[in-house]
Amino acid sequence: MRLRTLFTVAALGLTMALPLAAVTSTPAAAKTFRWANDGDVNSMDPYARNETFLLSFNLNIYEPLVRRTADLKKDPGLATEWKATSPTVWQFKLRQGVKFSDGTPFTADDVVFSYGRAVGPGSNIGTAFASVKEVRKIDDFTVEVETKYPNPIFVDEITNWGIMSKAWCEKNNAVNSADLTKNEENFATRNAMGTGPFMLKSREPDVKTVLVPNPGWWDKPQHNLTEVVFQRIANGATRVAALKSGEIDMVYTIPPQDVEPLKKSDGISVLEGPETRVVYLGFDQARDELLYSNIKGKNPFKDPKVRLAFWQAIDTDAIKTRVMRGQSQPVALMWAPGINGYSKDVDVRPKYDPEASKKLLAEAGYDKGFELTLDCPNDRYVNDEAICQAVTAMLARVGVKVTLRAQNRLKYFAQILGPKYDTSFYMLGWTPATYDAHNAMQALMQTRDNKQIGLFNVGGWSNKKFDDLANTIAQELDQPKRDAMIKEAAIIHRDEVGHIPLHQQYVVWAARKNIDLKQQADNMFPLRFVKVN
Amino acid sequence: MIARLSDGLRRALDSDIFYSFRNSPLTILSAVVTLIFFIGAFFSPWLAPHNPFDVATLNLMDAFTPPVWLPEGNPIYPIGTDDQGRDLLSAIMYGTRVSLVVGFCSVAFAMVLGVSLGLISGYFGGMVDSVIMRVADVQLTFPAILIALLLDGVVRGLMGTEQHDNLALMVLVFSIGLSYWVQYARTVRGSVLVERNKEYVQAARVIGLPSVLIMIRHVLPNVLGPVLVIATINLALAVITEATLSFLGVGLPPTQPSLGTLIRIGNGFLFSGEWWITVFPGIALAVFVLAVNLLGDWLRDALNPRLR
Amino acid sequence: MLAFILRRLFQSVIVMLAVAFVSFVMFNFVGDPVNAMVGQDTTMQDREALREKLGLNDPMPIRFARFVGNALQGNFGLSYRTAEPVGRMIAERLPATLELSLVAATFALIVGLMMGVYTGLYRNSWLSRLFMTLSLIGVSLPPFMVGILLILVFAVLLGWLPSFGRGDVVKIGGWTTGFLTVSGWKALILPAVTLGLFQMTLITRLVRAEMLEVLRTDYIKFARARGLSNRAVNFGHALKNTLVPVITITGLQLGAIIAFAIITETVFSWPGIGLLFIQSVYFADIPVMSTYLVMIGLIFVIINLIVDLLYFAVDPRLRIGGGGGH
Repeated sequence: MRLRTLFTVAALGLTMALPLAAVTSTPAAAKTFRWANDGDVNSMDPYARNETFLLSFNLNIYEPLVRRTADLKKDPGLATEWKATSPTVWQFKLRQGVKFSDGTPFTADDVVFSYGRAVGPGSNIGTAFASVKEVRKIDDFTVEVETKYPNPIFVDEITNWGIMSKAWCEKNNAVNSADLTKNEENFATRNAMGTGPFMLKSREPDVKTVLVPNPGWWDKPQHNLTEVVFQRIANGATRVAALKSGEIDMVYTIPPQDVEPLKKSDGISVLEGPETRVVYLGFDQARDELLYSNIKGKNPFKDPKVRLAFWQAIDTDAIKTRVMRGQSQPVALMWAPGINGYSKDVDVRPKYDPEASKKLLAEAGYDKGFELTLDCPNDRYVNDEAICQAVTAMLARVGVKVTLRAQNRLKYFAQILGPKYDTSFYMLGWTPATYDAHNAMQALMQTRDNKQIGLFNVGGWSNKKFDDLANTIAQELDQPKRDAMIKEAAIIHRDEVGHIPLHQQYVVWAARKNIDLKQQADNMFPLRFVKVN
Repeated sequence: MIARLSDGLRRALDSDIFYSFRNSPLTILSAVVTLIFFIGAFFSPWLAPHNPFDVATLNLMDAFTPPVWLPEGNPIYPIGTDDQGRDLLSAIMYGTRVSLVVGFCSVAFAMVLGVSLGLISGYFGGMVDSVIMRVADVQLTFPAILIALLLDGVVRGLMGTEQHDNLALMVLVFSIGLSYWVQYARTVRGSVLVERNKEYVQAARVIGLPSVLIMIRHVLPNVLGPVLVIATINLALAVITEATLSFLGVGLPPTQPSLGTLIRIGNGFLFSGEWWITVFPGIALAVFVLAVNLLGDWLRDALNPRLR
Repeated sequence: MLAFILRRLFQSVIVMLAVAFVSFVMFNFVGDPVNAMVGQDTTMQDREALREKLGLNDPMPIRFARFVGNALQGNFGLSYRTAEPVGRMIAERLPATLELSLVAATFALIVGLMMGVYTGLYRNSWLSRLFMTLSLIGVSLPPFMVGILLILVFAVLLGWLPSFGRGDVVKIGGWTTGFLTVSGWKALILPAVTLGLFQMTLITRLVRAEMLEVLRTDYIKFARARGLSNRAVNFGHALKNTLVPVITITGLQLGAIIAFAIITETVFSWPGIGLLFIQSVYFADIPVMSTYLVMIGLIFVIINLIVDLLYFAVDPRLRIGGGGGH
């Protein structure tokens, strides 16, 4: 009798082996859109955190001066037109007749106020205004922004900057974002009121946030929603399960391995496209002796041959098909298509060739290979740890013995970022927040000045020519000339193997078939493009 | 002293117990299953068809090979491969080894700690007892999960980034061990409280034997039975706890996978069709723990201690 | 009596302080919250300034004193992640965890008692064997596996029950309850079973063992000899005698349930304090973590205190020895 129970266990296991049939469910209630993500919107305050998901969500309520269309083109938002009146002055004409959802009219005062709040204490989006000297009101519907130096991409930098109401913030004592050192609550953390297409109806942090359309929105709605329910489901498998069972209509992040099965499920459509983030590996080229390695007294990565050998040993296509399940696009540049400055003809990787790699290592004097440690996050990028494991195995084949040290992002970043830069081989990913290559050049590739420039150049790659180009690009207003220089810089970096770009990970969303939505390469998700059929 | 201990053990394993063992087919089966797991685990370097730790032999293109009886199965990998192209059977054997090492070490740690503290607490009583039992209360406040979550960070903070590899294992052993000693301590203390007032202990004390000797010689053998039962059941618990911790992501890294890590890795593929990556380690874990629990059950009935 | 209570209270305060201190020390190592708080472009200087401003650079004892001082005034600070008051965050999520734990404990107690009594009375029937093997399997599966299996079967394959969340909740004062809606109850079933399963098997085995023990005693034999009906003997005498240890153990396990809710809440995305804690660990949200641990510590200490006092009331022998535990 009791023997049988042992088989019960086996049978339980076997039930998992059965193909998982998707369960069709009752259609959603009238035009309610229910969707989920692995993390919550951490705050309703649009300046609380500089992270895509928070900005994306809150931009449904607060609108920027210049918004982006689904294909990332600039589009008039609260400003109807803008132009540079001098190399350092941008002028914005504001949209007239716009009202905040509490009925107060939108004017230049709100823009000036929002600037003050964005660069004020508690705000985390201040870096977007690093070049700004002053924002001034010319009249009720004209605003001028003066920059400290010519900034050709200023308008691109503020498309995620939602305008807040001066009156509302003052009335509710939310003139600044929440100050974590004062133990008092900030009204704007839990409440929101803007000019945007949606209004906040209710908020239960980490559980459920409900939006309803703003009846007084100035633009003609493309969506047909009557209510939006956002829920947080942390566990990836549970999220997929909820979508399959019809409890939710759309999932914002889908693990790569679930993409194929979901595509085959009835009633579910999968949207995928490469994200603007490039995931790459970097080497410590600054120290004279590598940390965590058996090579003493010298740093193999100072030799470009070794760096190239590493690149040729890594099979990005295998990573794409196996680890990323097709959900990645290998790149050879530090910025991806969709970012200004990307050029297809520079995006050429050296061939995957372990034999050539071994030869290069031998030429550099490491015919027996060497040992080192690869630092890797395990909760930051899609399948980050699995990618690093795969890299470890690939390098083992050319004789380089890599020990993998994967840890969560808090510990990881605390270790590898400045001022310590405590790593000899690491993985990072970067999305230029400005949608422009110069952002990546300055942050990741220029020689570290330990102040503003090269802050995330963790490996300390340094090239004089490249630095000069980057500095010129920063202030060059002539677009074709600027693009040519970006291209030149990209070629220098690629040929020198400053880093090993791996791929762009895909943004994968999945929705039930009756949902009509657009996916953007920057992973933003404006609800104003969603339709429930 | 050691002779004394083994004498106690022998007493515990006298013929009555073997009689009950012979007469319980389920127990024999559990013992056989447990033994198979032990052998498979400890001799995995010789028995396993592949070495999943030798990354140079891994081929990413072999990843997600299904079990041999499914289309696209490959006889080299009888129950398929995982997301890195590791042979799952070998990974399970090595993983069981890791799980068992964690299990045994943490049980040993908990047992030594718990039994000594229980002896001390019960024998000396008073202030010492009070302090130890209060510490036990604090201890209970931190379940293994919390301890591991916290210790992981502390140890890494203290040791720096240099010796990361063995750290995870030590952290697990320490935190699981730390969370289960209380049970031993309370059981032993209870028995000691009963024993210490018996005439023979009083007599030993009168003739001036040192306390340590009295405890080890007279008191300890009396509590060995219950301790053995707790240890068996704790082994099962420790393996489960390790799996749970690894599932929460604070256990062993995928480069050094335990059964729990294998299940966690595989869990992400449960809905994507590659069910074998999580199901086989899951079955292995459940069968092993079930067998150990059955053994523990039988042992408890056989020794019939007054266990709660 | 009074002296005993005072002493235990004093000890409890020490325990609480120790818990607070230990947790606080540990949090220094969980990672750097600042990197999680700022955007990728933030300069090192700005990061350092934020660190300074949050007081993360101050010496440990100062930070601890500050924490205890504020906590005593009921002020636990603002969460690093959401900038909301930690006290309120916990208060808002506590009902979810307490309702889940309560239902899980009730389920464990009722089912465990029934199965335990049955298996104790009819120890050789096939149903008893089934119960016992089921209970063994129950303790042999890690809770997260049970949860995932349940989701797979009841949410994905059958579509009967929700796979995540609490369903619709009703707000009554500061308390949100899922007890008043159908979806709330439906959402409770799977997590409660997952969470209660382990305790249920524990109680089944405990009751069975106690029943077997009691049924062997002379007291029961006399009762039977007096000609009392089986029912009266089994339930009036035997079961009553097993209840005291069962209730004690359940009480003690209540704390364990709340702690183990971490796993269940993670698997089911149950918006309770366990999930909040895990999230905070990933974010190094120190104010939330400290408060959570101190609160869990408080719950345990209170439960321990009550159990000790009960023992004191029940067992006169303990009055001489002082000490606690069982």
